[in-house]
Amino acid sequence: MNTENTTELNTVTTNSSTQETTVTVPEYKTEEISHESTLYAEPIFHIGDFTVTNSLFTSWIVVFLLVIFSLVIKLKLKKIPKGIQNLFEIVIEGGLSLCDQVTNSRKITNKAFPIVMSVFLIVLLNNWIGILPFGGFGLIEMGETGKMFIPLIRSGTADINGTLPLAILSVLGANLFGILSIGLWKTINKYVNLKALGGLFTKIRKDPTVLMTAPIMFAVGLIEFIGEFAKIASLSFRLFGNVFAGEVLLASMGAILAYALPTPFILLEVFVGMIQAFIFAILTLVYYTIASLDHDEEEGHGDEEGKLKGAH
Amino acid sequence: MEIATLSKAIAIGLGSIAPALAIGMIGSKAMEAIGRNPEASGKIFVPMLLASAFAEAIAIYALVIAFSIK
Repeated sequence: MNTENTTELNTVTTNSSTQETTVTVPEYKTEEISHESTLYAEPIFHIGDFTVTNSLFTSWIVVFLLVIFSLVIKLKLKKIPKGIQNLFEIVIEGGLSLCDQVTNSRKITNKAFPIVMSVFLIVLLNNWIGILPFGGFGLIEMGETGKMFIPLIRSGTADINGTLPLAILSVLGANLFGILSIGLWKTINKYVNLKALGGLFTKIRKDPTVLMTAPIMFAVGLIEFIGEFAKIASLSFRLFGNVFAGEVLLASMGAILAYALPTPFILLEVFVGMIQAFIFAILTLVYYTIASLDHDEEEGHGDEEGKLKGAH
Repeated sequence: MEIATLSKAIAIGLGSIAPALAIGMIGSKAMEAIGRNPEASGKIFVPMLLASAFAEAIAIYALVIAFSIK
């Protein structure tokens, strides 16, 4: 994130022989301490055979903070809110009404909200902790080109290993949610459309066009299955790309003109971190909503929505 | 200059033209909609963000390609 005693611009290139990404830097004097923005998170210590990277360490801090904070609020919960409880009630109320706009039903919102809100908080705190000036704390190790500076704090979301599990969790969770709310048979039929194939035999007497539609329906189901993997890829790469690009941007701006130039970009990064966390959470909620809707009974749902809107 | 560096720059540069246009159009249409009906701004906000997230995904794919060029 920050460069110490160097003014060289960091350039990220990929090594041809391995998947690892290394950084080419001009020759250093041995006294200088260098730091590069690497694509992968740098290891900081080991527990047995398990390597702990700085991204993993930061996500642990975030989880620890969230657990402590929620326990404190939970223990001090009162009927008449006071102080910090007031603030969080506003946040929860706002979040619930925002989720209602997406789901159109309080029932689905109540079920999906805990997961969506925790994903939002984890991503948001991870994004923001990377911008905090804790990047100066770190280890100095001997690298290939001389002394290397390895920061202790790096956003958990600035590592693909941090965003990929979150994305897999939200897509798998959406499918599980679908199984729980509309049943296993209907969820399987979304991807491997056995119902449409079965319709070939049962409906062919009444309606010969089923010969045309059933194979198309089946193919659409298969495309939908591939689409689930595209969802995982786009969710994880979007978050990783934005946060990592932000770190590289701040590092390069700091190298051009320290202190003055990075300041507006830090504000931009605060904004980007919030927007990306919001998008991640809202997309997770959209996947949950889509998974819980039954396509065959869409008209019935429409009535329900109409009633709900009328009630509001 | 190495050809790999150049190809990376071209990949991300060309790949971000279309998403930039798309996000600009989404933003301008949303502004227009809010201008016509200011009370609907809350309702427009979430779909607008979603649409721009999908447009942005294309640029992210270009970024991934740019990173993976050796």
